[in-house]
Amino acid sequence: MKISIASICFFSLMVIAMSCDDNPGESTMLTDNFDRGQMLDFWADEIIIPSYTAYVSALENLDSEMTNFYADPNVDRLNNLRSTWLEAYLTWQDVSMFDIGRAEEISLRNFTNIYPSDVDLIHSNIERRDYNLELPSNFDAQGFPALDYLFFGLADSDIEIVEALTADDVESYVTDLVTRLSNLSKEVLTDWNSGFREEFIDNSGSSASAATDKLVNDFLFYYERNLRAAKVGIPAGVFSGTEQPNLVEGLYSQVYSRELFLRSFEAVQDFFEGQSYDGQQIGVSLRQYLDDIRTSNATDVDIAGLIITQWEEVDLAAAEVGDSFREQVIEDNSKMLALYDQLQAAVVPLKVDMLSALNIQVDFVDADGD
Amino acid sequence: MKTIAIEYLNKKRKAAPLAVFRILFGLLMVVSLIRFWHYGWIEKLYLLPRFHFHYYGFEWVTVPGNWTYLLFIICGLSAFLFAIGYKYRLCIITFFLSFTYIELMDKTTYLNHYYFVSLVSFILLWLPAQVHFSVDAWRDKSIRSEYIAQWHIGALQLMMAIVYIYAGLAKLNTDWLVDALPLSIWLREKGHLPLIGQLLDERWLHYLFSWGGAIYDLSIVFFLMWSRTRVMAFIAVLVFHLLTKILFPIGMFPYIMIVGTLLFFSDDFHTKILKLFSRICAVDYKVFCNRICYIGKPRYRRLSLSVLTGFFVIQLLFPLRCYAYSGNLFWTEQGYRFSWRVMLMEKTGYANFKIVDAVTGKRFYVQNEDFLTAFQQKQMSTQADFMIEYAHYLGDHFRAQGHQNLQIFVESYASLNGRKSQVYLDPDIDLLTLANNFKNRDFISPLYEN
Repeated sequence: MKISIASICFFSLMVIAMSCDDNPGESTMLTDNFDRGQMLDFWADEIIIPSYTAYVSALENLDSEMTNFYADPNVDRLNNLRSTWLEAYLTWQDVSMFDIGRAEEISLRNFTNIYPSDVDLIHSNIERRDYNLELPSNFDAQGFPALDYLFFGLADSDIEIVEALTADDVESYVTDLVTRLSNLSKEVLTDWNSGFREEFIDNSGSSASAATDKLVNDFLFYYERNLRAAKVGIPAGVFSGTEQPNLVEGLYSQVYSRELFLRSFEAVQDFFEGQSYDGQQIGVSLRQYLDDIRTSNATDVDIAGLIITQWEEVDLAAAEVGDSFREQVIEDNSKMLALYDQLQAAVVPLKVDMLSALNIQVDFVDADGD
Repeated sequence: MKTIAIEYLNKKRKAAPLAVFRILFGLLMVVSLIRFWHYGWIEKLYLLPRFHFHYYGFEWVTVPGNWTYLLFIICGLSAFLFAIGYKYRLCIITFFLSFTYIELMDKTTYLNHYYFVSLVSFILLWLPAQVHFSVDAWRDKSIRSEYIAQWHIGALQLMMAIVYIYAGLAKLNTDWLVDALPLSIWLREKGHLPLIGQLLDERWLHYLFSWGGAIYDLSIVFFLMWSRTRVMAFIAVLVFHLLTKILFPIGMFPYIMIVGTLLFFSDDFHTKILKLFSRICAVDYKVFCNRICYIGKPRYRRLSLSVLTGFFVIQLLFPLRCYAYSGNLFWTEQGYRFSWRVMLMEKTGYANFKIVDAVTGKRFYVQNEDFLTAFQQKQMSTQADFMIEYAHYLGDHFRAQGHQNLQIFVESYASLNGRKSQVYLDPDIDLLTLANNFKNRDFISPLYEN
């Protein structure tokens, strides 16, 4: 009798546990003093979706400025075109880190901002006309870097650039690039607004596939790879031993690389600190999450403080470098290296202390532990 | 003393518990291998990485490309066949070798329970688990038996006892008992779970789980051995392991341990299970109840006894090797693996490798994601032996690219159980001058409490 009771317990518990087996769509239950679900809400509604909305409209402006330009091409209108390009490029820095959902599926970042552009490929595309921008082999012939080349580097003077841009083949290429950027951005925003937001918020568990873990991983990846390495480290030669001034972001316009960097850095900080996109409110954030753990925990390490203090050092180092990173690398690379070092110094508290404290699973490794 | 030993070795009991264990263990292995494949882990963990971390002495074990799938098929098939007891010896040996080979391919995936599976299949290979309720015994009357020696089951029970008790002893440390770490870090993040989620933020619960876990590990074997407490103990086993299953991503481990604890149940209990299995498979169970006790060839018996005795001496000593090393065990991880240290730490690290030309002083940094998967990076960045092996790999890579006079340094930081991150390996030591061996790793910076 005892045995059969035990075996019934055994099999029923077995069934319960089996049904809990690594289910990625875990159920939501709002509990405790810190709520991942609320953080996801805030991220989606106050940061991510507003950022994408702004990005989509910045690209619409670019599109209409392009139409204006081609209606009556001249240097003034070229400059208008350039400034809407810059505005859209800056807005891109706000959304780039959110490599989740549709953005991830369509590799938005690769189609938007792979630099340096392959100038030869751009020209051969323009000549051949039968290019397919959806191919990964055309990553470096499109997006903002390609427009950077076309709007700033196509010829020596502005007058010549206007002339070159109005060639039929070039016009259709430029149009295709702008349309593609615009379509991709709309695709992502539409997805967020038609169901992905709910999916994102509901996935509030704590496995490697949960939304918090996923987005924090994206955030850290972005910080390390796109901000620290691509914008600063690689041109400064940190990973090659030789300075590579031609690998800066915004190579042809020259003077915007610092501005683009700062915008991206600002987006990173706003995300961490829970600054809403409109700047009107501070919400539930990683910073709060860390502070909450600090107060409820015996060990007293101010991880958020460490990160924020280190980022203040980044700001100071960034104030020392010039608007053109290319020029800075060539003339005095030590300042670029100093900026890199400050960015690097924040990686340890971010990737070690924060990940450990929040018990965030490493990207996509839903493998077993023990 | 000698007579007690001889008396013990001559004791008989029914073969049913061993047969039940063989069947359940084999089937669990089949499920676990299918699950591994189904989740795409063969590709993710073995085929995608361009570089694999090796165990010391097993550098010759390599991933056989797409043949890895075949290896898993062989492993799963042999598990199924030994479960039903078809060509048992051959299949259990095949399973032991293929499973162990898979585990040796990359130490990134090291798990105590994989090690446990290898050990159990090694023990099984010396036991007559096929003489009762198996295809072999069905077909071959000469081996068919109802009884076996008691020590055949005792060997597996001893393995279970070693796992539990060493796991329990490992929990007797300050982090675990005084600070409820790392459980308090982990449990807090589980607030989204239904029913128990609310409680998981409570400090007292972290202590309850920590202390309860330690007491459970240390005592459960004794309660299972005693018939009067066995049912209660087994309920504790179920609650403990299924709770860990729900709370932590530990895969098949709970089920393996639950099946293992069944070894402590009586002959009657297992006979009933076999009768149930017989009904399901429409087999006449009476065929196996022939009152014969399996003895086997004396030479084979002596060999298996001495092999298993040697095996257990090693099993008892090996987990203690950490005491030969200096420094905090969790921090240096010298003697950490293969010692039943389960779920004891939350450790995160970061390692930034610097490649230097010793002559020109020219230097650059490595982007680890160019060489390692996220999982490999995670494991590498908290363990010195991984860093050394990786550094040598980087050395070969950059030498082949024409770099000369190479030196490789690492700026590494780790955080252990909620402590603030601190320097891990000595940043001024050229990793290419180091080799992986059993010597004390004095180049690991000491752990400071903070």
